Amino acid sequence: MTGMIRSWPLALTAAVIAVLVILPLLLPNFWIANILGRSIAYGIIALSLTFLATYGGFVSLAQTMIAGVAGYTIAILAPTAIPAGAGWSYGLAIPFAILMATLAGLIVGAIAVRTRGIYLLMITLALAVGFSLFVQSNVELFNGYEGIRNVVGPDVFGMPFRTPLVFYYVSLATAVLLYLGVMYLVRTPFGLVLQALRDNSRRAAALGYNTALHRIAAFGAAGFIAGCGGVLTCFYNIGISPGSVGMGATVNILIMSVIGGLGHPIGAFIGALIFTLIDTFAASIYDRDRFNTLIGLLFLVIVLASPDGVLGIGKKLAGLFRRKERSAEAAPVSPAQASPAQSEH
Amino acid sequence: MSKRNRKVAAIVTVAAAAVFAGPAHAQEEIRLGSIATLEGPFASGGQDGHRGITLALEEVNYEINGKKIVWTAESSNAQADVALARARKLIEQDQVDIIVGPLSGAEGIALRDYSRTLTGKTIVNGSSAASDTTLRDPSPNFFRFSTEGAQWMAGLGNYVFQEMGVEHVAVIANDYAFPYAQVFGFMVDYCRAGGKVTKLWSPLGTTDYSSVITRIPRDAGALLVIKGGTDALAFLTQYAQTGGELPIIGGSIMADQTLMSARGPHQRLMEGMISAGPIADIHDDPMWQEWVERYRERFPDGLQSPSIHGFNYYTNTKAILLALQEVGGDLSDNQQKFQQALANLEFKNPMGATVKLDENRQAISDIFFTRIVKTDDGLRTESFGRADGVDQRLGLSPEEFEKLGSPSRDNPSCPPVS
Repeated sequence: MTGMIRSWPLALTAAVIAVLVILPLLLPNFWIANILGRSIAYGIIALSLTFLATYGGFVSLAQTMIAGVAGYTIAILAPTAIPAGAGWSYGLAIPFAILMATLAGLIVGAIAVRTRGIYLLMITLALAVGFSLFVQSNVELFNGYEGIRNVVGPDVFGMPFRTPLVFYYVSLATAVLLYLGVMYLVRTPFGLVLQALRDNSRRAAALGYNTALHRIAAFGAAGFIAGCGGVLTCFYNIGISPGSVGMGATVNILIMSVIGGLGHPIGAFIGALIFTLIDTFAASIYDRDRFNTLIGLLFLVIVLASPDGVLGIGKKLAGLFRRKERSAEAAPVSPAQASPAQSEH
Repeated sequence: MSKRNRKVAAIVTVAAAAVFAGPAHAQEEIRLGSIATLEGPFASGGQDGHRGITLALEEVNYEINGKKIVWTAESSNAQADVALARARKLIEQDQVDIIVGPLSGAEGIALRDYSRTLTGKTIVNGSSAASDTTLRDPSPNFFRFSTEGAQWMAGLGNYVFQEMGVEHVAVIANDYAFPYAQVFGFMVDYCRAGGKVTKLWSPLGTTDYSSVITRIPRDAGALLVIKGGTDALAFLTQYAQTGGELPIIGGSIMADQTLMSARGPHQRLMEGMISAGPIADIHDDPMWQEWVERYRERFPDGLQSPSIHGFNYYTNTKAILLALQEVGGDLSDNQQKFQQALANLEFKNPMGATVKLDENRQAISDIFFTRIVKTDDGLRTESFGRADGVDQRLGLSPEEFEKLGSPSRDNPSCPPVS
C-alpha cells in the first residue's frame, strides 16, 4: 500500500511532463509563449525561493536580484544588445551568466549566514533593493533606467529564440531538469542536512555538521536555479531594465511562491501559472482602472483560505477524500499516511 | 495524490475555455489596442490618455467606412517589461491590428523593438517621448505623431540665457530617458549661447529631495526641473518648505494640470514659471478652444484642462483614424497602404500646429513657450511664443546633430568652471 503511494509522484510527474510536452499541439502561440512559457521561466526563479524555503526554511527576497545578476550579465555580454557590450557568443555568455548568478547566490548566503526569519528577510530585501537602485543609477555598465535592450537570445536549430515553440521547449526542459535536480538534491546527504537545519539547526550543529557551509551551499544552489530563470526571462523580455529587478518584480516572485505553496517545489510553477493568468487576464475581466484590486483580492483569498497556498488546498481536499475512503474501508491509519506533508518529500 | 491530476485537468479545461472563447477575427472590424499607464507614478497621465483616445474615437463614432472600430485597453505601470507583456497580449491574444501607446520613455523603446519583430501590425506612439525611440535604430512599424522630449525644449535655452539673463542653471531631473532628452533639448541651445549647467539626477519615484536641495550650487540663477506627476510635487513642496527662491523653469510634463490643481506650498513657486512644450492651457487658436471645450463637456470629472498625455494620445489616435479614412479602413497586404498613408499624413493637431512625419516616422511640429499665470480658476499655462516646425534634429544638419551624440546623463555637458 505504502509502496504504491510512494510510486505515485513519479508516475504523476511523468504524466504532467508528457502533457506539457504535447500541449503546444493544442494551444495557440500566445498561450505557449506568453502564458505557459512565461509561467515556466518565472516559475524557475520562484523555484529557487521555494527550494530555500521548503527545505532550508530560508525565505530569501534576493532571488529576483540573483536572477537579475544573470540577466544583466547576459545582456552585457550578448552579441545583439543595444547598447552594445562585450559581444561574446551566447555559448560562452550563458554559462558565464549562470556562474555569476551562482556566485551571487553564494555571496548572499554568506552575507545572510547568521540570520533567520524576519532578519533574513530584511537583509535579503535590502540587498535586492540596493541592487535595483544600483543598476538604475549606473549608466556606464547597466545603462540606467532604460536598461539593455534587444537581447534576443541564441538561435536554436536555426530558429530564433523568440519562436514560441523554441522558447517554450527550452524553458520546459530547463525547468524539468532543475525540478528533478531539486527532488534529487533533497534526498542526498546534503539535502537531509539542509532539512535538519530547518527543523533544528542547533541539533544539526551538535551532531557535527558545519551549518554555515551548508547554508551557503544551499544559497549557491538556489543562485544557480535563479540564474537559469534570469537568463530565460531576459530573453523573454528582449532585454533587462531596473524594473525587472525592482521591488515589484521581487514581490511578484514571492507572491508566486506563496500562492503556489511553500510545501513542495512544484508549488513554484503552479503559483507562477496562476499569477501569469491573473496578471494577463484580470484587466479583461474587471475594470481596467481598478484591476489591481482584483489581483490583490484574489491573492488575499488564496492565502486566507489556505496559508500553504494552492498546494495546501489540494492537500486538504485530498485529506478529506482519504478520510472518507478510510472510514468506508475502516482501515487502520498509519502515521505516514496521516501526515502527508512530510512523508511525500 | 490524484488531486494533482484533477488540478492539472482543471487548469487545462479553464485554459482551453479561455482560448476558444475568444471571438473570431471578423474582417469587417478594425481592432485598436491601447497601452497607457493606469498604475504607478503616471496613473493620472494614463487616465487622461484614455480620455484623448475616447475623444478621437467618438469623433468618428467608432466607425471607418462601415467598419467598426473595437477598442481594447491595457494598462501598464511605466516599466518596459510590463508594457511588452501587454503589447504581446494585445497583438497575439486579442489580435489587434494597431496599438496606440505607450506613455513613458523606456516602454516606448521596448515596444519599438517589439514592433520590429511584427509584420502587418502597426504601433503608433501614445505619449512616450524618448528621442532614441525614433532617432536611432527606428522600426518600420513604429510611428510617432507627437513631438518628443528634446523637441519640446527647442529654443527655451536661448530664451533663458538671453531674455532671462541666467548664466548658470541647476538641472533637477529624474534619471531616465525622457528627462535626458529634455535636458538635451534645453542644453543644445543654452550651452551654445554660453550658459553653464550643473546636473542633479534622482531616480523616478524619489520622495525625499533634501540631499538634492542641499547640492544646488550657490551661484545658480535658476532651476530647470524636469519631473512629472507626484515626483514634481514632492520636489517642489520640499523646495518651497526649505525656503527656496530661485526662479523655476519647468520641463514639459511639469507645468501640467496634475501639479497646478494640487494645493500646497509649491504653489508659491509656480506662478511665473517658464516652460516649453507642445501644449498650453490658454492659447488663442480657435481649434484649441473648441477642443478644450469638447473635452470638458465630455469629461466633467476630467482635468480642468487636458494634459499633455491626453493631447498626445488624442493626436496619435487622430492620425490613425485619418490614415484609416484615407484607405477606407483597408488593412490588407500587411497594412502596406495604411502605413503608407500614415507616413504621408499632414494634419493639424488641436493646438493648431501642423504635424507631419520625417523619414524615421517621427513628428515635425510646432513647440510653444509657456508661462504660468493666475486665473480665476487657479493656475494655468499661457503660450507666449512659438518655435515653428521643430524637427528631431532641432534644426541642425544630420552631420552636426550626429556629432552631438546620444542624450544621456553626461551628454551634453557644459559644467561651470570652478
